[in-house]
Amino acid sequence: MSSSQYNKNRESRIPCRKISGGVAEGEVIISRKNFSFLGDVDPDTGKVVAEDSDIYGESISGKIFAFPSGRGSTVGTYVLLRMKKSKTAPIAIINEITEPIIAVGAIISEIPLVDMVDLSLLRTGERLRIHADRAKCHIEILDRLDR
Amino acid sequence: MYLTKDEERLLHADNPTIRKCMEILVAIGEIFNADRLINVKSVQISGISYQNIGDAGLEWIEGLNAKFVVKAMINPAGMDIRRWREMDIDKDFYRKQMRIINALISMGAESTLTCTPYYIEKPSFGDHLAWAESNAVVYANSLIGARTNRESGISALASGIIGKTPNYGLHVDENREPTVIVNVKEKIRSELLASILGLVVGERVANEVPYFRFPNTLSEWQLKVLGATLSAKGNTALFHVEGQTPEWSKFDVRSLEKIEIDGLKHEFDQELSKTCEPDLIALGCPHLSEWELEKLYELTRDKRAKKEFWVFTSRETMKKRGDLINALESRGIKVFGDTCMVVSPATEKFDCIMINSGKAFVYLPKLRGVNAKIAGMEDCVREGFNR
Repeated sequence: MSSSQYNKNRESRIPCRKISGGVAEGEVIISRKNFSFLGDVDPDTGKVVAEDSDIYGESISGKIFAFPSGRGSTVGTYVLLRMKKSKTAPIAIINEITEPIIAVGAIISEIPLVDMVDLSLLRTGERLRIHADRAKCHIEILDRLDR
Repeated sequence: MYLTKDEERLLHADNPTIRKCMEILVAIGEIFNADRLINVKSVQISGISYQNIGDAGLEWIEGLNAKFVVKAMINPAGMDIRRWREMDIDKDFYRKQMRIINALISMGAESTLTCTPYYIEKPSFGDHLAWAESNAVVYANSLIGARTNRESGISALASGIIGKTPNYGLHVDENREPTVIVNVKEKIRSELLASILGLVVGERVANEVPYFRFPNTLSEWQLKVLGATLSAKGNTALFHVEGQTPEWSKFDVRSLEKIEIDGLKHEFDQELSKTCEPDLIALGCPHLSEWELEKLYELTRDKRAKKEFWVFTSRETMKKRGDLINALESRGIKVFGDTCMVVSPATEKFDCIMINSGKAFVYLPKLRGVNAKIAGMEDCVREGFNR
């Protein structure tokens, strides 16, 4: 299959479920591992500090952060809020299936969060626009990258 | 999730606090496929220690603008709010902790500051609750037959402001069914054995609803300690005990997988024989009941503490049983309210803390960075008084 055919097979609009509403546009960074905001990230810099992470050392701040789901302590909720206040938070979150720690953190920090998304449809570095402002929810891939 | 017209209105309320709280409940309802919201009788709010939630949490709570519409109780804080100086808590910590507590009180929370809300206002069988604090959750579900999921501090707070919780998980009959049988072969004659049992099977029954069979009847004290330890070690939110707990006979357990438990002390020998020299003996995780305080009173009769001996209970119990508290204090025991050895940074200055709680055994090394030695209450008294 040529790359142009491959491109055509990938939808540029991906449906999702809105958990925390809002609109965001930016570059996506994807991790394949479940994430805890308590311990996995330095809230002052937005850099991932979990050594076993596949995005160890990278920054999630100012980006759309996509990962399968959350894990760990509910205190992580407040870490996301702290990151939002010190402007190191991601601008939006995409999960495969979210869970309450991430969901509540995103809601109180007013960070758009959508889930029910197949992360294999996305590539790190792509520019996305997340529409989660109304009852309907979708992700738009603005410039598509292919392997 | 279905919302009534009134609930829809709250979701679009002008007051951002109410809107956010409703968004939180709807999000959790969506995540767990709840069909609707249901009324709760009370909420128990955890995560109120300044050390845990920091300035971000403090400012968020202070920024809230709404009143609780149901009974709202709060977890222990980082210090005894009267005797904090004796605990070597610094003034800045004290001030910030008080701001968190006062913000919650101004919203209508009661200043309970205890992890044992079931001693303050005992729920009834079948009541729906939104409780955070894992030992209270497992106690309410298992010993009382009330219904609550393991809430987080913020979801419990949101439920307190809206008065509702999403109908899923342990609010629903079918999810209260046992999923595994634990056959315990030896008699559980002490709270220490109940703790050890929790430590030994906790991880194995994480995310299960265990159904215990014991050769003897367990006391309220032993069941409380077992539940607290199970929830700290695994994620247990509900267990049943054959012949004892209120819902045990509702279910057919014949086809369930069985775990056999024998030789508990032996299985736990290495941990029990840990040789650290206790420089603090601390009881009260979860907060001691009146009955436990009376037992301690009996055990320490005509004695005086020779080591630091701290006891944690609720302010309410302290007020109710001033006689008992004064007698314990006169024997050299420090009785603190509003906090405990696990949430207060005050215990960090010790090397080895002797406790009779499986829950504290799990959390003290993790959260306070100290060694923990576990024994029964009698041995704790022996260590603190007889040397």
